[in-house]
Amino acid sequence: MAFLVRRPVDERALIQRVAAPDRGGIACFLGTVRNHQANREVRRLSYSAYEPMAEAECRRLLDEAAARWPVAMALEHRLGDLAIGDVAVAVVAAAAHREPAFEACRYVMDQLKHRVPIWKREHFADGTVAWVDPTGTHAPNPPAEVARG
Amino acid sequence: MPERIRVKVLFFASYSDLAGRESAEVIVGSPATAGDVVRQARAMFPGAERIPERPMVALNQTHSKLAAQVADGDELALLPPMAGG
Repeated sequence: MAFLVRRPVDERALIQRVAAPDRGGIACFLGTVRNHQANREVRRLSYSAYEPMAEAECRRLLDEAAARWPVAMALEHRLGDLAIGDVAVAVVAAAAHREPAFEACRYVMDQLKHRVPIWKREHFADGTVAWVDPTGTHAPNPPAEVARG
Repeated sequence: MPERIRVKVLFFASYSDLAGRESAEVIVGSPATAGDVVRQARAMFPGAERIPERPMVALNQTHSKLAAQVADGDELALLPPMAGG
């Protein structure tokens, strides 16, 4: 099962994949494309990945969650160009009761941000493009980035 | 005569922009660490020196420390701060 997709994320299908008669709590987190970053207007995002490692790391995250909580989980992350409001990532956790579902869903989403090699570029309304750096520490974008549309 | 180790280095996202390429073959003498390969890769291409001296790396598709030993045929990926979600 591929975790990385190049079509719209189908969160309904993910929910159906983990739903079961003995699972009475399903937590679903959706990460969507936001229209602003630090007071700047964002028009779209483009996502890329180190795909084989990202697939393997997603698998490891779900295995870790399954070892810690009695949950069934599903995950999809979209790559390519996304518009404002598009779903970039969906994490779904189903359990007998809500607590493990919430906790496992949060764990996988938080770990994904730190460990799964996926990157995104923000395309701003003023025409500039920049790699997103949540840590604020990586090398600045090269000058050519600013000139591109 | 020291053994030579060939490592495939992958550059992603902003590091790919800085190095002007997505991959390179780096040859180092044995024994060598991931950090040794990074040092050499940063010196190989104009702009690559702007990649941090101690970036996050993945050795054969698993997160790794820079002190990890590399072997002939390994794949070392230089990972900018991740931004999924």
